[in-house]
Amino acid sequence: MSGLQETEYILKCTSACAGCSTSLILRHVLAAAGPDTVLVIPACCTSVIQGVYPKTSFRIPVYNVAFAASAAVASGMSAAFEAMGKKTNVIAYAGDGGTVDIGIQALSGALERETNFLYICYDNEAYGNTGMQRSGSTPLGARTTTTPEGKGHKKKDLDRIVAAHSIPYMATACSAYPKDLAGKVEKALATKGPAFIHVLAPCPPGWRYPAEKTIEMGKLAVKTGVWALYERMYETVVISGPTKAAMIKPTPIEEYIKPQGRFKGITPETITTIRLDSERMLRRLAAEEEGSC
Amino acid sequence: MHEIRLHSRGGQGGVTAAKLIALASFRDGKYATAAPFYGAERRGAPVVSFIRIDENPIRIYSQIHNPTHVIVLDITIMDVADVLVGLAPGGIVVLNSPKPIALDGYKTYSVDLTGIALRTGLVVAGSPILNTPVIGALAKIGLFSVDSAKAAISEMFVDIKNQEAALAAYEEMVV
Amino acid sequence: MLTISTGNNAVAAAVRRVKPAVVAAYPITPQTEIVEQIANYVADGSLDTRYIPVESEHSAMAACIGASITGSRTFTATSSHGLLYMNEMVNWAAGARLPIVMANVNRALGPGWNVWAEHTDSLQARDTGWLQIYVSTVQEAYDAVVMAFRIAEDRRVYLPVMVNLDGFTLSHITQQLYVSDIDGFIPPMELDHRISPDDPHGYGCMTGPQDYFRIRYDIERSMRESYAVIQETEKAFADRFSRSYGFTDEYRCEDADVLVITLGTLGKEAEVAVDMLRDEGIAAGSMRIRWFRPFPPLDTRDRELVVIDRDYSFGCGGILADAIRAQTKRDCFSVIAGIGGQEVTYRDIAGFVRDRRIGEEYWFGVDA
Repeated sequence: MSGLQETEYILKCTSACAGCSTSLILRHVLAAAGPDTVLVIPACCTSVIQGVYPKTSFRIPVYNVAFAASAAVASGMSAAFEAMGKKTNVIAYAGDGGTVDIGIQALSGALERETNFLYICYDNEAYGNTGMQRSGSTPLGARTTTTPEGKGHKKKDLDRIVAAHSIPYMATACSAYPKDLAGKVEKALATKGPAFIHVLAPCPPGWRYPAEKTIEMGKLAVKTGVWALYERMYETVVISGPTKAAMIKPTPIEEYIKPQGRFKGITPETITTIRLDSERMLRRLAAEEEGSC
Repeated sequence: MHEIRLHSRGGQGGVTAAKLIALASFRDGKYATAAPFYGAERRGAPVVSFIRIDENPIRIYSQIHNPTHVIVLDITIMDVADVLVGLAPGGIVVLNSPKPIALDGYKTYSVDLTGIALRTGLVVAGSPILNTPVIGALAKIGLFSVDSAKAAISEMFVDIKNQEAALAAYEEMVV
Repeated sequence: MLTISTGNNAVAAAVRRVKPAVVAAYPITPQTEIVEQIANYVADGSLDTRYIPVESEHSAMAACIGASITGSRTFTATSSHGLLYMNEMVNWAAGARLPIVMANVNRALGPGWNVWAEHTDSLQARDTGWLQIYVSTVQEAYDAVVMAFRIAEDRRVYLPVMVNLDGFTLSHITQQLYVSDIDGFIPPMELDHRISPDDPHGYGCMTGPQDYFRIRYDIERSMRESYAVIQETEKAFADRFSRSYGFTDEYRCEDADVLVITLGTLGKEAEVAVDMLRDEGIAAGSMRIRWFRPFPPLDTRDRELVVIDRDYSFGCGGILADAIRAQTKRDCFSVIAGIGGQEVTYRDIAGFVRDRRIGEEYWFGVDA
């Protein structure tokens, strides 16, 4: 990935798990954002990565706040920097639990108020920091410590919730496609007003696959169409290259599901449901892209 | 100390009238507290406001149970509530009424505040506004000076109709 | 300038003079007038502040935290359920050492819904690390908000301040208000630990027991230092504006045999009761507690104490009475009165004093 992380804003030897895609995402996000950046994080894996007081593993200021509060804290920070005439990037960086569950109200409020900030949800599809309990973002059929038989409910469609706020820029990304991610972060930060990026963050201990397969797992999510990469500028949808490719020739969904221990015991019917939902999502995106051209 | 109980209906301007009475009293160099008693906030519901006026700072926050003055901006309230409760014999009553009403044992003054408001065009959302006319009537009974009444109205309202209505009430009320 | 104002509008008028960079607030009865008035000031250009109309009280305090940590002056206002809803962030604000000022309009807690005065809301926040003051007049509400910013932003304190005023009984009544130029009274805010990309730090990291313990003790150390800062600020205020305040507001206490101890507007009503009792030959005095945190040293000597609580801690007792007993090491007659906006007149208060039974608790209007 030469040329991507010209400057490292995370020091080496953080307390992230081996194969952690969250810290990988952070490296690309911060490299794209540059030094005039403040990161607001709630309780999530990143608060572990941040390190233990009095040390920090970041070379930019990181404001770690209560679980539900990151979007609102970022709102206040953004307003204060604006009042001072500062151009500092305010990035809220929260996990799926802190976004789709406990933080959704604050996020919705901040988007509706057209807060000038970037909100990134890195989605490892469970409460990772506390040992993989179910979140609203956990997919159907996945085992977590609170869904020992596999989750009986579908993954909450965060992106359509965010899209309903009609914001100037939102995108999805995946840790396995760093150039795509970095480009989207740059666009998001150049946006005046609220920007949002939802990044799939495969998690070796949570999804139960070997640490060295973390990139492969991200690529499989995209290639099978379970996870789609695209951008949305207000109503205009642009589907990103890897997902375009997956729409033409998708990899069978089983190749993504089978290597993950969290899907152990999943029924063929559930796999079919996941596949049909993914196909429906891709069809909808394609229609939206066509409609917005 | 003057202890005034003001009866009105939501939307008639009773709460503002209480503030105006307090303000006019300040302009007289006195201390005053105006306290609306809040129940459910809805248009048309009977509302009671309390105003205390004194030479010294007012330290009482509780309701007025033995008023020296009772002001009734809507006499239909008298059908559903005893507006005279707690008023000592000889106490002062000011009624918004086109016809004089006599109440045995009290100094009663009647003035057609609604007629004055309609005549001067003090109507908001279909309701005649009685808060500035009543200030003129109260200046007439000497609760505060005419100058302070004028000052209070001009501090709270820009529209000259308010001064006109107050003046009309001052002139029309028979003392 | 002498004018008239409600308690709520006095708070907003003080905020206008203090000029916070950011105000984030959510409306709730009976605080609503404060946020409406601030929104009006921003709309008419008389207050240059970023007003963030947040979607909840939790976000109101969170946004204040985000703004304050940049070194910007911030304000919010709430009441009752709003204060409870933001409680997590209320604790956070103090722990993060942010000099946020908040007006809390004291109101009872549901169920059932009750919008009238009670102190249980803010007294539940007494252990958060916020300084707390309870005021009794419209003027005092204004003056307390002005002074709160100077006290909070003093680097010996760096703790948030909550200005409490009784719902409706003070928030909605009209009294005279003297407003004047306060320029220079509050120095520009300087937050030593402000967040800045020029000097990156981690904030709110995982913290082990030893460091955490020291950080918590630092809060208490600042709380203790705040006594001096409060006194200095109140003296500077009196020197400039000729209105003096203290930790308590004492009336005819000097030669009193029995003290009525209160919070908020009941303290003014108690003064009238004291005058009545004195006429009857009972040497009463009124001691209104203004600063509840830090809790003031009290000169109660050997006098009998009648404590009125407009609040309650179930399974324990009146919260003020509890604090008075702890501070004075003496028992009192504990009166629970005024809860949920129950009317308490000076005649009632005089009755509490006449019929005092030291060591007992009395629920006004409930007990026989």
